Amino acid sequence: MMLQIFDGLLLLVIVVLAWRSLNDRDVFRAVISFIALGLLIAVAWVRLRAPDVALAEAAVGSGLTGALILSALVRMRRRERAATGTRREAPK
Amino acid sequence: MTSRVMVGVLSLAMCAALGWAVQSLPVRPTGLTGASLAKLPESGVTNPVTAVLLNYRGYDTLLEVGVLLLAIVAVWSLRRGEWPASDLHDRPLLMSLLRVVLPVLVLAAGYLLWIGAFAPGGAFQGGALLGGAIVLVMLGGLARRVLAYDRLLRAGLVLGVIVFAAVCAVTMLLTGGLLQFPAGTGGTWIMVIESAALVSIGLTLGLLYFGGRPNGDRLDSEHRRPAHHA
Repeated sequence: MMLQIFDGLLLLVIVVLAWRSLNDRDVFRAVISFIALGLLIAVAWVRLRAPDVALAEAAVGSGLTGALILSALVRMRRRERAATGTRREAPK
Repeated sequence: MTSRVMVGVLSLAMCAALGWAVQSLPVRPTGLTGASLAKLPESGVTNPVTAVLLNYRGYDTLLEVGVLLLAIVAVWSLRRGEWPASDLHDRPLLMSLLRVVLPVLVLAAGYLLWIGAFAPGGAFQGGALLGGAIVLVMLGGLARRVLAYDRLLRAGLVLGVIVFAAVCAVTMLLTGGLLQFPAGTGGTWIMVIESAALVSIGLTLGLLYFGGRPNGDRLDSEHRRPAHHA
């Protein structure tokens, strides 16, 4: 019973995080949602008894992809700032 | 607005179709599970996933390692790398964290490689950890130290494909079949391939983070200058 509740919650949070990583207006928050999504999907793989996939998802899907997207975001903002000239803060 | 409704309806239909597909899956495995498990003792490893990846379907894994090499070649051809957002020399906490974490990461990568023969793990998972270690080093502002070993890095990047291809050639000479290991020696071949692949995968994933080819004269300038053009 506890496991069913856990699985249900897991599914729910995965869908919510997927939606937020697509739709959040703040790109940074969307990226963080994406990273958290990857970690929870790794947990889902463990629940499906596929620990190999879970390891790969946590390390590649969440960790490295997250780092890549974050650095892409930093570059994007730097370019935006250079384009708009004097603005100091990246637009929210 | 109507397009949003359309997308919603389509998504729901897709969701229903997927749900139906999952529900209609047979409860008992009907595919090659039995056959692959039966041959497991002959594969040289006891972890069925590693047996499939490196023994039964080794050719697929060879191509995967090749795809990773192609990815880094493509990124390096597109642009020169930049420093990550900021050098973090002024963050002593991060530096001391790195001193503790990096050896552990390297050790864990080696452990995952080794344990892959018996339990979940293997070259891709270990390589991802190694890649993460390289990303951490770069975040710590030490990218220059890493990228100074230009030739060594390039050698490491192609090591996986070269060793894999060499194993292909040797096994063809020995048994006449591509990646068909001589009886009883599967475990050794798999470990050789995976060790080389671990290095290449780790370096590829880590260097992808740098976002371009290393370039000596650019490493000294902190800020991007548009003056250089290709």
